Amino acid sequence: MASREGAGPLPVGTWAPDFELSSGPDQTVSLVELRGRPVILAFYPADWSPVCSDQLALYQAVLPEFQQFDAELLGISVDGIWCHVAFARDRNLSFRLLADFEPKGDVARAYHAYRAADGTSERALYVIDADGIVRWSYVSPVDVNPGADGILRALESIEKESA
Amino acid sequence: MSATQWEAVLTSPVTEGRDHIQGPADAPLTLVEYGDYECPYCGAAYPIVKEVQARMGDQLRFVFRNFPISTSHPHAEHAAEAAEAASAQSRFWPMHDMLFENQQRLGDQDLHAYAERLGLDLEQFDHELAEHVHAERVHDDFLSGVRSGVNGTPSFYINGARHDGSFDTETLLAALQRATASDR
Repeated sequence: MASREGAGPLPVGTWAPDFELSSGPDQTVSLVELRGRPVILAFYPADWSPVCSDQLALYQAVLPEFQQFDAELLGISVDGIWCHVAFARDRNLSFRLLADFEPKGDVARAYHAYRAADGTSERALYVIDADGIVRWSYVSPVDVNPGADGILRALESIEKESA
Repeated sequence: MSATQWEAVLTSPVTEGRDHIQGPADAPLTLVEYGDYECPYCGAAYPIVKEVQARMGDQLRFVFRNFPISTSHPHAEHAAEAAEAASAQSRFWPMHDMLFENQQRLGDQDLHAYAERLGLDLEQFDHELAEHVHAERVHDDFLSGVRSGVNGTPSFYINGARHDGSFDTETLLAALQRATASDR
């Protein structure tokens, strides 16, 4: 199993640190601007690596289910924006991929999801509620695709509580 | 390989009459595969499952559920619907085998040709495919897989628990034997 740095992901109930990252040549996304809807953050080590591709292809296929909860899915890695653009086009990904590129890995660090030894982020998942509170977090072994069931369960429990 | 921190279990129990099942209903072991007809790993697993079935005999019930990842495999969804259309004519398994044995040729014309080769009612088959009559069924399978923690294809479940090891013959057989022992 891959070793993990630090003390695991940010715990449930904490404020999700705000960020502003490029999502395209002329676009940025900040967490604050997504208030009012659940946000799924999927940190992954790198574009093009085999497990990442499977994981993101799966999330693309599950996207309609995420959208039923009005949730916004954002992928985040330390790759640059042009790499993301080519990767998303090649793999038919329609959700946004954010470039945690400069300063490299800053957002991953804020979310306790940086692997300093590799210079990449962990394979970490966060579900953040409409108020910006972490409601579920999970760091998967870096070579294991964590699937989507944990995300859906978290979205469901958020919906139940706000109903 | 490692598991997720929670135990991934089959959330939709195997159901006679709905699921595609090979082997006796009272077999002590049930192997469920979530698979994609265009996925090369599922293609590699196909003869392995056959071998495992042959070795386990009446001890094993095998169930196949659809998990097409269309993002990666543009023909997977239609191929899954073709298998379901064959199922509507009681020919699911022959079509299942045909699809895995011809993974490189899963275009709509190929699917039509396989239906013809299996002696299906072609008018009905073409109509059901064109109208996506079985899309909902395929999607239900897919969702049940997502809920059960399918994290790629193929994903196997042994008596309801996800098998997180590799899926070569010996590893699968060993995992099945462990499941037998733990049920005693």
